[in-house]
This record gives sequence, C-alpha cells and structure tokens, in this order.
Amino acid sequence: MAEKLDNKKVFLNPLAKDNPVVVQVLGICSVLAVTAKLEPAIVMGLSVIAVLAFSNVIISLMRNTIPTNIRIIVQLVVVAGLVVIVNQLLKAYAYDVAKQLSVFIGLIITNCILMGRLEAFAMGNKPWPSFLDGIGNGAGYAIILIIVGFFRELLGSGTLLGYQVVPQSFYDAGYVNNGLMILPPMALIVVACIIWVQRALNPDLQEK
Amino acid sequence: MKSLRNYLDKIKPNFEPGGKFHAFQSVFDGFETFLFTPNTTAGRVGAQIHDSMDSKRTMIIVVLALLPCLLFGMYNTAYQHWLAAGNATFPFFTMMLYGFLAVLPRIVVAYVVGLGIEFVVAQWRREEIQEGFLVTGILIPLICPIETPLWMIAVATAFSVIFVKEVFGGTGYNIFNVALVTRAFLFFAYPSQMSGDKVFVPTQPILGIGGTVPDGFTGATPLGQIAVASPQAGEALSIVGVNGQPISTWDAFLGLIPGSFGETSTLFILIGAVILLLCGIASWKIVVSVFAGGLCMASVAHLCATPLYPASMLTPLDQICLGGFAFAAVYMATDPVTAARTEIGKYIYGFLVGVIAILIRVYNNGYPEGAMLAVLLMNAFAPLIDWCVVRANIRRRQRRLTA
Repeated sequence: MAEKLDNKKVFLNPLAKDNPVVVQVLGICSVLAVTAKLEPAIVMGLSVIAVLAFSNVIISLMRNTIPTNIRIIVQLVVVAGLVVIVNQLLKAYAYDVAKQLSVFIGLIITNCILMGRLEAFAMGNKPWPSFLDGIGNGAGYAIILIIVGFFRELLGSGTLLGYQVVPQSFYDAGYVNNGLMILPPMALIVVACIIWVQRALNPDLQEK
Repeated sequence: MKSLRNYLDKIKPNFEPGGKFHAFQSVFDGFETFLFTPNTTAGRVGAQIHDSMDSKRTMIIVVLALLPCLLFGMYNTAYQHWLAAGNATFPFFTMMLYGFLAVLPRIVVAYVVGLGIEFVVAQWRREEIQEGFLVTGILIPLICPIETPLWMIAVATAFSVIFVKEVFGGTGYNIFNVALVTRAFLFFAYPSQMSGDKVFVPTQPILGIGGTVPDGFTGATPLGQIAVASPQAGEALSIVGVNGQPISTWDAFLGLIPGSFGETSTLFILIGAVILLLCGIASWKIVVSVFAGGLCMASVAHLCATPLYPASMLTPLDQICLGGFAFAAVYMATDPVTAARTEIGKYIYGFLVGVIAILIRVYNNGYPEGAMLAVLLMNAFAPLIDWCVVRANIRRRQRRLTA
C-alpha cells in the first residue's frame, strides 16, 4: 500500500509542486524555441514524454549493470537512440510539424530534464516507478509548453492550432497582433508569469 | 493652504486602519505627501542651512524640464499636419490647440494606466505611493509617434510598469528605464504602428480643427527615409519634409521635422538640458559624454562613408540633431536610477551610449534609430561598469597601502 501511494506521488509531483520547468528551471531553451505556435508545442511535449518514459524504463532495467564511470555515455546512447526513433516517426507521420521543430527534436538529447531524471531517479529505482516518473516529468514539461504556446499563439497570431480565434471585427476595430509574443523574450516572460502565479499559490515554494 | 491642511486633517481618520476608506489609504497618503512634503520650514531666527531636495522635487523639476519639449511637440505636430494638408497660413494659437488636443489623450492614458497600477500595487503591499511615474507618464507620449493608438500605449505602459518596475520592487529598483521599455515594447510588438511614413503626422482634423491630409503624402522621419534610401556612389542623400522640401541641418536643429512627438527639436531639448543641469538633477558628465561618444562614432562612420550604409553619409552634426539622439542623451541616459553611479563610470556609460546609438543607427539597416536600444543596452551594463570602477579603486588604494 505504501508503495502505491509513493507511485502516485512520483507521478503527480512533477506536474505541479516539483515541476521540471517552473520549479527546477530546466529545459528552458526548448520552451523558448518551440512555443511560438501551439501545435509544435504539443508535439514537442508528447515527444519528450515518450523519450523520457522509455529512456527511464530502459536505464532503470540496466541500472545494476551500468559501470558508474561510463554511466553518462550509456544514458546518452539510450536517449539518442530513442530521439532518433521519435524524429523518424515524426518525419514519417507529421512532416510539417517535424519541419517546424527542426533541430529541437534532436536537441531533446541535451535537454537537462532527461539527464536529470535518469541520474536522479532511474539509476536508483525499479522500472515501473521510473516509467511513472518519466511520464510525470514529461507531462509537467508538456503542460508548461502548452500553456506558453497557448498564450503566445493567441496573442501573437490571433489563432489557436492554426484556426482563427480572434474575430475579424476586432481587427477592423484597430486590434493588432502583438509581434513581441512571437519573439523568444516573451516566452521567458510568460514562463516568469507562470512561476509567479505558482509561487503565489504555493507559499512553501517561495524562496526566503 | 491652511484650509487645505485642515481639510486633510479632518478627513484623515477615514483612511486610517478601521476607517471607512482605509482601502484607499495609500492613495490618500500619496496626495497628502504630494501636497505637503517636505513639511519642514526653516527656523525664524539664526542662520539656516536647509536642503529639502527629495525625490518628489527631483521628479517635478524633470517634468518642468520636459515642458519645453512638450510645448514644442504640440506646435510641431500641428505644423506637420498643416504642411501635409497644404494650408498656407499658420495661426499660432489654433495650432497649439490642435497639438494640445492631439497629445492630451495620450498623456491621460499613460498617467491613468501607470498611476492606476502604482496605486493598486502600493495599496496591496501596504506601502506609500512612489512618485516615479510622474516623469515616466509624461515621457511616454513624448517618445511615441503621435498616431500611436491609445490602447497600444495603455498595453505597453501596463507591461513596462509591471514587468520592469514593480516586479523589481518599485521606483528606484528598476534595472531598465521604464519609459524606454514602453517604447521598445511598442516598437517590437507593433512595428507597423511605430515606424513608416503614416504614423508621425496626424492625418485627421480634431474637433473640427485642422484639415484633411491627402492620401498620397509621406511623412517618414529623416532617419526613416535614410534607412530605405539607396543612393548611388557620389550622390548626396536627400531628406525631405512632408511638403517635399529638403531638410537642412538647421531645420533638424530647430525640430520642425516629422518625428516622435517630443524628440524632434534639439534646441528645445537643450533648453530642458540647461534646466536639468542648473538644478543639478542630471549629471553633466553623462550628457557631455553621450554627445562626445555620438560625435566620435559619427565622425568615424562619416570618414568611411559608403552608399552601402546610407546613414554613414550624414555629417556628425546631422547625426546629433536628427532622430531621438539628443532626447535620449538628455532625458533618458541621465535617469539616475538606471545610469552608472560612480563618477568615472558615468563617463564610460555615457560615451558607450553615444557610440552604440550611432553604431546601431548606421550599421544596422533594420533599425533606423539606435538611441533607444543603446540606452537600454547600457542600462544593463551600468552595474558592471560601476563594479569595475569600484574594484579598480579598491585595487589602487590597496597598492598604495602595500607600496
């Protein structure tokens, strides 16, 4: 029973209280790069969930056989292999989005969240909790990506997933899309706002 | 004065905790201090040395120093409109009224949004209202094109007051100049409303004053024209006003040219500069070194003038008089909060502002004007400059100690 509760925590903590992006501030560069539109943000989030979950499981299965001093290399090989698979799948089935994401799928290999979870969790835990941890952290990352992508696309282009959301009558009345939202600095500011809201809601996260 | 004091004393209990309006305590407090601080007066007998130079008085003097630019901006806005509409006579008072009506909504929007946020934040944090927005609120309309839509000014002002000032702790703690960030936000978020040839000259009559401007006119600023010019080798640059007449250096100095509301007239900016320097508000070291840096860089650019970068063909004097360079040097770079604070640091800071402003203006074709970006960039570096100056000083004295 105790283990089950533990699993639940492993899965749910990264979504809010221990979020990899807004609490640990990892993986920021891809948050800046792929969130100008909502669709690539969602695809990127799903890719990271998949890669993180499976690399966590694989490393967890091998954790007792990996020699300590070459563990980083082993982890990288596993992650790189999975990333190549995801990349090929995207190119095959979602070519347009894959083109928009360009190198950033490849750069999942260097995403700090992956190395962090492999080092901190998968190396010391059984496959099932590792799998949940991978899903949880990937989802925590994806949530932030989607929130940021939502606001940037809505305010920057007036669309969501490519569909016009801001009605034409707004534009006729003088409304103009905010071009700054498309530029990377605004992604940082949106992330900062999420951090602000989250710390305001959870006083125990506030630094003294 | 006395009756006002009595009235304030009478209604004060309402705003104390427990009173009827204590939610507005900081608002009341703000007005009270605005009216009556500093409330110490010199004694009646004996020699007195007395200096009540506090931040409120500093701010109000900066606002006074901005008035020449504001008044000239009103005249110039109307003048450009009159020229574009093809009017032959220039009635002074009608034109001032037109300019006043054109700028008034912008000033009101900037103040209402900015002060509104300040009041709310002050009440929320249970602090006194700080007076920093007094200057910012009047700077914002001065550095924006006159045709900027009001809602854009509101959005940009809210953005920069919240993210540049309040999150850092309010007046005096900001890293970047609040008014300039407002303009930078507008510039990057709504580029088509902040540059081009339609935004610097009002096209519609206001309350029946002024004429209608024909569709075909172009009111691009001189720097905007230069940025898109493609002169042949050996050919001179041509800059024209809204009526098609060429603009000379003297015109640019006087300021009867299209441009952002308050930045066109170097002459009136210099009047403001004299007020600021005489009152000891702005640092002459910064002002002088900004101009020195600008002239240096402009001379270098002019020596290697090439048609590839049309702005390099301007003379150094033109560079200083055109665009927002002088305004940035006098009112923006000297902001005591965001500038360097060490005395040697002020020279370095100012000089680099001048150099970078001209550098961006000449060698980056994407940005016709570089003064805004130069000041913001150096705002970020000012603490580093101070740190280096302080370290150098410590090391120098240490060496003297050990030698």
